[in-house]
Amino acid sequence: MTEKDTELRVSKIRDGTVIDHVSAGEALHVLAILGIDGSGGESVSVGMNVPSETMGHKDIVKVEGREMSEAELDVLSLIAPDATVNIVRDYEVAEKTQIEPPEQVTGLLTCPNRHCITNAGEPVATRFDVIDDGVRCAYCETIVREDITDHLAV
Amino acid sequence: MRHDHLLTAKQLSRADIEAVLARAREFADDPAAHADRHPGALLALCFFEPSTRTKMSFETAAKRLGGDVIDMGAVEDSSVKKGESLADTVRVVEGYADAIALRHPSQGAARMASEFVDVPLVNAGDGAGHHPSQTLLDLHTIAENAGLDDLTIGVMGDLKYGRTVHSLAHALTNFDVRQHFISPESLRLPRSVRYDLHEAGANVREHEELEAVLPELDVLYVTRIQRERFPDEEEYEKVAGQYRISAETLDAAKDDVAVMHPLPRIDEIDPEIDDLPNATYFDQAHNGVPVRMALLDLLLEDGGGDE
Repeated sequence: MTEKDTELRVSKIRDGTVIDHVSAGEALHVLAILGIDGSGGESVSVGMNVPSETMGHKDIVKVEGREMSEAELDVLSLIAPDATVNIVRDYEVAEKTQIEPPEQVTGLLTCPNRHCITNAGEPVATRFDVIDDGVRCAYCETIVREDITDHLAV
Repeated sequence: MRHDHLLTAKQLSRADIEAVLARAREFADDPAAHADRHPGALLALCFFEPSTRTKMSFETAAKRLGGDVIDMGAVEDSSVKKGESLADTVRVVEGYADAIALRHPSQGAARMASEFVDVPLVNAGDGAGHHPSQTLLDLHTIAENAGLDDLTIGVMGDLKYGRTVHSLAHALTNFDVRQHFISPESLRLPRSVRYDLHEAGANVREHEELEAVLPELDVLYVTRIQRERFPDEEEYEKVAGQYRISAETLDAAKDDVAVMHPLPRIDEIDPEIDDLPNATYFDQAHNGVPVRMALLDLLLEDGGGDE
């Protein structure tokens, strides 16, 4: 199967975002980051475990009528470091972005350490420093390497 | 020292540490002779957890510098009991005092609190996180007994939850020190501390038994293994028993090994060691006053510097 076949399976969108080269199996997490659960009425196409020449298998997410914010891209970069984000306007790719991990992500993850001050009902947003192979709470310094999406605050 | 706050030992450079210790040595010679340093300065004591040594030595230090303290008192008697957030508490207290010493059960509490205040804030213990002012007095004690370079130290006990251990380990990376960590597997250093030590290029080894490294040590820093870390009494007794020391234990150590402990001690150091010249833990506790005098002096003197 070729990438061309994939295109046939997932229809083109007119205006919105195509997130390609998502690690296989992470598409639903991408939707979670975007806060998309179907209730908002957006037209969403998801391809999971589709063959990819460069990645073996990959996921693709296409969302009609929705562009991603900077903060959403930041978290996306943590779970799908190889993803490309295409902003589509009038069926054409208007912007193509290879995402890069930020230095910090704010307010998007919860700290898994139940003794962390960010879990104590204080008026403070969580803040994580991005380190080589994970993220680190800027308050209690807990390092999260595995299953980062389990800690999404969205 | 150019800091607004003292939150973790990680922020301390070698120069910072040496500046505090040099000032502490001046104060230690005659602690009562420095009441002209900060007359009228007020230190707020916000202790959300019990404390004897840290709180009393901060209070003594403030008074020895000519200042005074205001004490939030026990949590049960304060607005915290009514559900006030820490952020609100410190914002209010900031208006009353020139500096704040904060102890809190949540990790990261001091860092968060520091984001809400402009007066210098000292982390006096944040759960299982850090306790940097204890570290400064530990370093002062080590400097007085063994010197801070070409040093071999063994840190034994509860390394996972021991905040004094975490701060000391970070601070020692500024010096030429071989650090040995001795604990049961379940209480070894947390991943975050091991990560930092690795990043700092520290000379670190971990062990489950003291015997293997005891003869090399210049300093043996013992900490308490707490009952509540274990599922049952039997397991606790079994593990804790392996990390107690007696005068006989020290037979295998260097004659002048300095035995330290942040206190309180329960039974991990046999009282028979108290009378040996190796016992430094009471001097260590006494060092809390000149060292916290030096710390407050530098923070109040610098107030407004960059963290």
